Formats: sequence, C-alpha cells, structure tokens
Amino acid sequence: MSEFTSGFWDVYIALATIVSIVACGVFLKHQSVHRVPMVGGEPQTSGHVWDEDLREYHNPLPRWWAWLFYLTLAFSLVYVALYPALGSYPGLLGWTQAKQLEEENARAQALYGPIYEKFAAQEVAALAKDPQALAIGQKLFLNHCAQCHASDGAGSRGFPNLTDRDWLWGGTPEAIRTSIAEGRTGVMPPFGPALGDDGVKDVAHYVLSLSGAAHDSIRAARGKEKYAQLCVACHGPEGKGNIQLGAPDLTDRVWLHGAGEAAIAETIAKGRTNQMPAHKELLAPAKIHLLTAYVLSLSAQAR
Amino acid sequence: MKLTHDLIERNLPLMIVLIVAVVAVGGLVEIVPLSFSRPVTEPVAGLKPYSPLALVGRDIYIREGCYNCHSQMVRPFRAEVERYGHYSVAGEFVYDHPFQWGSKRTGPDLARAGGRYSDDWHRIPLRDPRALVPESNMPAYPWLEFASADHGDIEAKMRALRAIGVPYTDADIAGARAQLKDKTEMDALIAYLQGLGTVLKSKAN
Repeated sequence: MSEFTSGFWDVYIALATIVSIVACGVFLKHQSVHRVPMVGGEPQTSGHVWDEDLREYHNPLPRWWAWLFYLTLAFSLVYVALYPALGSYPGLLGWTQAKQLEEENARAQALYGPIYEKFAAQEVAALAKDPQALAIGQKLFLNHCAQCHASDGAGSRGFPNLTDRDWLWGGTPEAIRTSIAEGRTGVMPPFGPALGDDGVKDVAHYVLSLSGAAHDSIRAARGKEKYAQLCVACHGPEGKGNIQLGAPDLTDRVWLHGAGEAAIAETIAKGRTNQMPAHKELLAPAKIHLLTAYVLSLSAQAR
Repeated sequence: MKLTHDLIERNLPLMIVLIVAVVAVGGLVEIVPLSFSRPVTEPVAGLKPYSPLALVGRDIYIREGCYNCHSQMVRPFRAEVERYGHYSVAGEFVYDHPFQWGSKRTGPDLARAGGRYSDDWHRIPLRDPRALVPESNMPAYPWLEFASADHGDIEAKMRALRAIGVPYTDADIAGARAQLKDKTEMDALIAYLQGLGTVLKSKAN
C-alpha cells in the first residue's frame, strides 16, 4: 500500500534513486579509463599556465580513490535492497522505525517485566522498606514528579510537601495511588466578593487562631461567624479539613500557599485551584505501584 | 560540441546549470514526493487548528526562541517513548507553519508537554525557573505576565494561515479578537503549551 496520493511517486523515487547510483558508476568509469595523451613524448597539458610555469595535466582519477567510490556505490545498492529506500518497496529486511521500537520495547519487557511483576505482587507497605523497589521508585519520581514536588519530595509553595505526615487527599496506599493515577483537582472558590476586604481579614485571623498562631482576637471572633457560614462545608466545623475534597487541615502548621495573614487573606479572597495531573496514561500500574511505595517511604521518614 | 572538462571549466553559466542539476537530485527524490504523501500532509485524527490564544502563544514561543533549547519531537526510541510518551508523527504538525521540531535539547522535549503540569505550575518556571527546580539553567521570562496577548494582528494571522491550508472558518476569525481580551502573553504561551501533543496517546508502559 503506497503512502502517496498516486503510485507515480513510488516509481519516481525508485527510478531516480537507481538511475543516480548507476549514473555515478558510469561517470566514474568514464573518468577512470581516460589515459594521459602524449604529444611528442611529453604529456599533454590543459593549456592553462599559472604563475609563469605551472601547468595542469589531464590525469585520470587516482585508482585508490576511484575504488573507494565504487565501494560506496556497492554499499548503496546493498542498502537499497535491504531497507525501504525505493518508494513502496519494503526492503528485504522488512525494517521499519515502528517495528524497531516494538522490538526494543519487547526486549526491555523481557528484561524488566519480571522485576515489575515481582514488585506488583507485593504490598505497598512492604515495598516502602525494600531498597531495590525504592531505588526504582526514586528514578520514576525524579522523571515524573520532581518538576512539581521537587527532587527531594519536599514540594514548594502551591505544591504539596510529600515528606511530612500531612495529606490533603489521604495518606493510605490506596489514596496515594488514586492521586497519582487519576490526578486531583482541589478547588477553593474566591470569597473576596462575598466577604469584602474587611471580611476577608476577619476570616484570615480566625484561620490563624485555629492553628494557635498570633492573631487579632476581635477580628477572629467576627471571622468565626463567617467561617461557620462559608468555610465550614469543606474545612469542617473545627477546621480539620476534608480529605474527600482535598480541603486542607487549618489547625496544623502546614501552609501550602504560605503562612501568615497576607497569604491566607489572598487565598480567601482569590480562591485557589490545585491541580495534580492524572498519570495513568503515562505510567503502567506496576510503576504507579512503585511510586506509591516511594511516596509512602518519604512520609514515613518524617518525624 | 563535445561536453569536455575543458568546456565546462571555461563556461561558468554551463557549470552553474550542471551543478544545480546534480544538487537538485537529492531534493527532488527526498523532498518533493513528501508533498504528495498522506501521512505527511493529512492531520492525525482529532487534530484541531490552534485556538487564537494558543496561536498567539505559539508566536511568543518562536519570538522568545524557546526552540533554541526545547525540541518538539519524540523520536521512536524506547528511552524517549518511556520518558515523554508516544513518538511524534508527521500528521500532528500539519497545522504548524513552521513546525517547531527543533534539534537542540538543552531543556526537555516539549512535544508531549500538554496536560503534564497544571497551568499554575507553568507560570512559575516562566517567571523564575529556579523557584521550582534549583538546578535549572532556563532564563526567566517575567515580562510575559505584563504584556497583553492582543497584538492586534490575530485576524490577519489566521487569514494568512487559512490561505496555506489551515481550516479556520469565518466565524473562528471573527471571534478571535474577543478570545484574547484580558489575556496576557503568559496566558497565551501556557494555552499553547497545554495543547502540545495531546492528540496522540500511547499506552502507559
């Protein structure tokens, strides 16, 4: 089956390729049989004279050089026969880039498949203590996770720290696996329009009070009422958060978007959207399994 | 008149014609037929022309020279497919004029960057690459946040692209300006990046 809109192009490519190779050979032959003509016992020159007495002979190509050229032509004929060089002709080897990749993948599967299978059959908790599993997990983490969560897993502002014991969406192996495979989207709507500047500040001070941080108690008291109307649905009456919604615990000292009044007020006023992309289309289940174990081990090291 | 070495060497116009003829063979065999090749000229299933915002983003990508460090071509080797996803195919780039395959990977390949990271993530390395990845040697592009994405020429650009085969409708072009309202160049660039390579999906391996 031709990839071209018309079969003409297959013939065109094949012919042009063969004709150019043959033409090179003919031309080379023609240039090689040439003999130096003699005139009165002296080799004839081209008639050009440079710098008073420099003349140019009509010599044939050096033989070693001509033979190298013939070798390249022979090589190209063999190549054209073996590989898909002539239009739709697939070549004797039947080689394609896609097939080469498949073979490469199959070899890798034969080599690494059993290792992944061995780990896939084990519990995440056991893998989180297995040095080989963690070594593979770390490589996967550096390639797929470190861009956001940092190479040591400690995250940065807006990107959760995985090395503490605080979990937005739950820290069980199942919850971590779901976070990696399906992704997560945590949305906090903006409350600036509903609360006004002063209202935002009041709620921010109440939120500060939840974790025992320094706060203005009058503002916090006013903020508490608004918290009970607007925030309680996701963050809970005690501010403990909700791992079903990815609503953070407000009573601890972990601040994803920065600590302090200004950062908290900004979050309340403008809202936040935290998105963890789904990875199930990028990583096979066995790899997600190992990553889950690695992430769990990061947290287990936390004091 | 015999076509001798002597004749060719002394007749420059003739030598130029012969040289051009010889050099042209490669192009005639390797390049010209591609214009008639289906995998090269037909879009892969599901490929859509760039939205006006993404189109502006693409021009910013070119203006800022992103292609100097980022390629957009996943080659069909296991190491690349493992890291980036499905290898690139020609039909993914039929609406790219010119395509941004690039040949230099100081930074990672971006052919499958779409959807990999959140929009908010993209803002950070564009503002300050070291904020997230301390080892990064990417330059910062902080001005993108303060420049409007509406350069006033989006309709002309889309008409020009339509003239060379990108299927924009009159309605697409008429509504283009409105889609750029209140958008920054950074929004545009992120819209472009988030669409890269999202049409072809490979099976996770």
